[in-house]
Amino acid sequence: MAADMRLPTIQKPVSLSVSAFNRKDLVVPGDVITSDTGFMRGHGTYVDEDKLTASVAGEVQRVDKLICVRPLKTRFNGEVGDVVVGRITEVQQKRWKVETNSRLDSVLLLSSVNLPGGELRRRSAEDELTMREYLQEGDLISAEVQSVFSDGALSLHTRSLKYGKLGQGVLVQLSPSLIKRQKTHFHNLPCGASIILGNNGFVWLYPTPGQQEEEAGGFFTSLEPVSLSDREVISRLRNCLLALAAHKVLLYDTSVLYCYESSLQHQVKDILKPEVMEEIVMLTQQKLLEQEG
Amino acid sequence: MATVQVSEAEKVYILHGIRDDLRVDGRGCEDYRHMEIETDMVSNTDGSAKVTLGHTAVLVGIKAEIRKPKPMVPNEGYLEFFVDCSANATPEFEGRGGEELGTELSNTLYKVFNNKHSMDLKSLCISAGEHCWVLYVDVLLLQCDGNLYDAMSIAIKAALFNTKIPRVHISADDEGGKEIELSDDPYDCMRLNVENVPCIVTLCKVGHRHVVDATLQEKACSVASLIISVTHKGTVTCMRKVGGGSLDPESIFEMTEAGKRVGKALHAPLMKLLQQEESLGKTRRKVGFLG
Repeated sequence: MAADMRLPTIQKPVSLSVSAFNRKDLVVPGDVITSDTGFMRGHGTYVDEDKLTASVAGEVQRVDKLICVRPLKTRFNGEVGDVVVGRITEVQQKRWKVETNSRLDSVLLLSSVNLPGGELRRRSAEDELTMREYLQEGDLISAEVQSVFSDGALSLHTRSLKYGKLGQGVLVQLSPSLIKRQKTHFHNLPCGASIILGNNGFVWLYPTPGQQEEEAGGFFTSLEPVSLSDREVISRLRNCLLALAAHKVLLYDTSVLYCYESSLQHQVKDILKPEVMEEIVMLTQQKLLEQEG
Repeated sequence: MATVQVSEAEKVYILHGIRDDLRVDGRGCEDYRHMEIETDMVSNTDGSAKVTLGHTAVLVGIKAEIRKPKPMVPNEGYLEFFVDCSANATPEFEGRGGEELGTELSNTLYKVFNNKHSMDLKSLCISAGEHCWVLYVDVLLLQCDGNLYDAMSIAIKAALFNTKIPRVHISADDEGGKEIELSDDPYDCMRLNVENVPCIVTLCKVGHRHVVDATLQEKACSVASLIISVTHKGTVTCMRKVGGGSLDPESIFEMTEAGKRVGKALHAPLMKLLQQEESLGKTRRKVGFLG
């Protein structure tokens, strides 16, 4: 029993290094990108007195004559091949609707999931009737973006054994801009838990599965109690992720692991206190710099 | 209220965690999330406070006005509550969506705070039967992340502590009528005694145990919760059950005991913090909303 009460503290302005100041590709709303009239106006920009000006804070991208600004604070703009974690919101005819932090709900077609009992099976009318048995509203899935519709909605697929329904674990919802794009977004961390860093900013933490579970085609979820030690690791990782996100550190397996290691001297519930958070993130950034250099 | 979807497997995970006294964010069953409190936030109120508890944010403003006392209690002032559920908190509150919750919350607050055991209502009386101070307590929900009651009660206590009511001088005029004069000096003010003001503790029954300060996810796993308001001495001033599920008498007893214990422990750090903030006075830089 403890209640930690305090006065709010003023966040110190982050001292940007000179190199960050000189980066011309980072803009805030109102920044003039170019006064040259030979360019085309793309997303995140507007023309103000013949000058191309940014309307959002983010990174300038140029394709030939087209200038866009990719906003940093945004919903998820999916691309083909992205790994996402999402939640089923609706079961419809031959498809599920999935919430993936995009502007529109994503679609998971019945034909793009692996049904139990063989990959190359015809989807019958019965399958259509029993869709809710596989995935129902509220269930979490991991999936890959198969294609992007013209309106920006995503079509997902789970036709690989690594994707599918998620069992016991913890979902952490963060900004999609914080997830670093990597070869793999599935990691079995050496600290004893596994992590799926969805490109859409949804991060799934779960106990590292044993061997037998992977054969059930992705629809079997174990409801056996998770051991206390696993729980502690997962809770610690969750708080570490929130700490890193609060300080805008890019998330990938190394940064998460370093943060986990730096947090070990604190109790799990203390990690989210501002001063502890700052200390841990500082240590993590130091470790990351050392590793780079 | 704001609700989140939780899958069956997630529920099982949360449930087992609470059974083992290790919640998803590493807290024990009777731990609060860390809380930030700031008073004197809104300049055009007589007292105000903002409390953030996790991602729950509540702003309370108190305005004092002179009114006629209620005929049943001519020598007491009274409090009025209004809870505004801002659509910023959750899109569900858009339009009239937050109205029902707002009324429910303000009715509960009225029961908890507007009685002589929680507040010295007599001190709000100016002249019996004619004039008294009425405190309009306006609560604004800025963000919802579970445990609204506790955050609101703490914010109200902090705002009441912060409230400065100008002193009044009553003088009789020539025709025998009374004339009320308000003091112009901003430092010549009356402070409220908040010693007995209770804090609310919400206990959510999850599985076979109960937790305090439940997050939205934990709330989704719970069938019923108990709202207990406790003073610093451990006196329970109000109790309510919310939620559709049922509670058996034994667990109600257990939860009341736990609520009393937790509630009692809330007051000491809160008062310490409020006094600390008070002693810093003008030297403290206000954080406000953009901090």
